[in-house]
Amino acid sequence: MSTSTYNSGSDADQRRANRTKKRNAAEKRFQWYGRLSIAFGIACVLYLFTDIISKGIGAFTQTYINVEIEFDREMLRLGEAPTEKEIKAASFNSFFKKTLRAKFPEAQSRREKSQLYAMFSSDMPLILRNMVIEAPSILGTKQNVSMIADDDFDTFFKHTYGRDLNAEDRISRLSDFQESILGKLVDSGAVEKRFNTIFFTNADSREPELAGIRGAIVGSILTLLVTLILSFPIAVATAIYLEEFAPKNKITDFIEVNINNLAAVPSVIFGLLGLAMFINVFGLPRSIPLVGGLVLTLMTLPTIIISSRSAIKAVPPSIREAALGMGASKVQTVMHHVLPSAMPGMLTGTIIGMAQALGETAPLLMIGMVAFIVDVPGGISDPATVLPVQIFLWSDSPERAFVEKTSAAIMVLLTFLIIMNSLAVWLRKRLERRW
Amino acid sequence: MLDTAKETYQTAGEPFLDEPKMRVRNADVFYADKQAIFDVNIDIGKNEVISMIGPSGCGKSTFLRCLNRMNDTIDICRVTGELFLEDQDIYDRSIDVVELRARVGMVFQKPNPFPKSIYENVAYGARIHGLTDTKVELDELIEKSLHRCGLWNEVKDRLEEPATGLSGGQQQRLCIARAIAVNPEVILMDEPCSALDPIATATVEELIHELSENFTICIVTHSMQQAARVSSRTAYFHLGKLIEVNDTSKVFTNPEHQLTEEYITGRIG
Repeated sequence: MSTSTYNSGSDADQRRANRTKKRNAAEKRFQWYGRLSIAFGIACVLYLFTDIISKGIGAFTQTYINVEIEFDREMLRLGEAPTEKEIKAASFNSFFKKTLRAKFPEAQSRREKSQLYAMFSSDMPLILRNMVIEAPSILGTKQNVSMIADDDFDTFFKHTYGRDLNAEDRISRLSDFQESILGKLVDSGAVEKRFNTIFFTNADSREPELAGIRGAIVGSILTLLVTLILSFPIAVATAIYLEEFAPKNKITDFIEVNINNLAAVPSVIFGLLGLAMFINVFGLPRSIPLVGGLVLTLMTLPTIIISSRSAIKAVPPSIREAALGMGASKVQTVMHHVLPSAMPGMLTGTIIGMAQALGETAPLLMIGMVAFIVDVPGGISDPATVLPVQIFLWSDSPERAFVEKTSAAIMVLLTFLIIMNSLAVWLRKRLERRW
Repeated sequence: MLDTAKETYQTAGEPFLDEPKMRVRNADVFYADKQAIFDVNIDIGKNEVISMIGPSGCGKSTFLRCLNRMNDTIDICRVTGELFLEDQDIYDRSIDVVELRARVGMVFQKPNPFPKSIYENVAYGARIHGLTDTKVELDELIEKSLHRCGLWNEVKDRLEEPATGLSGGQQQRLCIARAIAVNPEVILMDEPCSALDPIATATVEELIHELSENFTICIVTHSMQQAARVSSRTAYFHLGKLIEVNDTSKVFTNPEHQLTEEYITGRIG
């Protein structure tokens, strides 16, 4: 551009108009980039949620078959007032099979009979036995029993039965004989879907209809409890010391750099560290929430330290000066003024760190929390698994019914995460609103 | 600046008094290698208001913060020389800074009430120094302190409300109430009115005047008018040196030193 024409006449006006147009277009374009990115993000989340919910919603119902069962003393070979030991020794297995055969005389061949038995959960004889142990008075009477349907039955009834589906959409592992029995049962009104309490009261099982997430939830809670109890005080103490007391020199600089680096270390490496240290050196058992919590503590410490430090940094220095000027000691200043002001930020950081720890799988695989555990853990030294690992395990199972269990467990995990994050937001709002 | 031979400086006017409250002799202050205060010698009299004036960066605030060892909070800051509060060397090893600051209180440039209630703000000093035994005594102390700062009538109905909800001038008076609640001997004020509007400034100045009956007050100010209004003696600092100390009226009408005159007539600053 030659300087002589700059600013003069219609040429300059033209250029100015062009420039304005270009700038306005650029601003509009930029806004659209933002809108498109947000739309893309929302679409992805929506797809994810609809997919998970549509797949997993089925797991919250379970099919039951109401059958009237006569607890025949003779069949069970039990006397007037049997002891618990006697009841336990009684063969409920054959009693169950005999009862079924009597109820469904259609089953003729050996094959049909075994197919008949397979329509009910393999735990049913055990459940019947427990019913008798609980109330021996039902012996000799007829009882209406809601029998848990086997997973194949359950899946078929929930997803395929009564629907006009193409061959490829039909999910059925039932034989024609089983389907005919099912049809009769439905016609007689014996089949019903109920809210699946088993899913929330049982731990893992090889039988999908008996598998639940209680064990994983309790395991997650215990593990997070260990993590919280260890990481919060350690991280807050570290942050306070580094921010308020430590001299600013090479050593503290070095520590600071390393804390920031640790926050970026892949979590699986903390798992290996936990394996090498807690299990191999200290000899703690595998698969227990204590070790899981220790590993997750190592992992979340940098996150909480960093957020706590920035919360402390955000406390205006004038507050410290005011307290010191009043004659408060360093510790009093920190305890009475800095800490309360920084607490919302610290808590938010902690909850976000905890949410991170709740969703962590890799480091826990390293310390053996991937084991198949059918008992709900009773303490931090009982073998346990956690929600994300449970999801990982189920997603790997071949049974059709585990597909919906996997999605349902993801829904439970996401619910916990959303609750924790909302709690963080709520706490921050609440504590900050005071002044 | 790191000469081993100590630089000395002769202050013009009358820096020394007969029975001073605080005595400062040969005070030097360093920030790391940089010297900020050069050989300051001054006495601060009992129940007087002394103002420190001078251009920005002349060291008046730094000097003020030596008097209750607030400079201790800055890692790189080093103070040498002798500073006495009555007969006690305040930089002596045996002196507890916490006790010192209870005797030499401070009010800052920006009103900095704690993010707590008005009541808690005034009660804080009494609480940490254990000045009162019962709630009744504490209530009395708070009422008295707020009264002396002319704040009682304005806030008596909302003592439990956050102090940060007060206006700037009220906040500053609250900070002064908070400082006097501990009943210090000396109150240091670091430009207490620079963040306030003229009306609030007038109120605070009046307050300073009233407080001088019972307290020794050192006030750092940017405003020569303020120094003239509130103080009985004035100290002029220039580039870390204490140039002149004299009665306020003398400093502003008939300064002894060339630099003082240039400053008050607006040629430096």
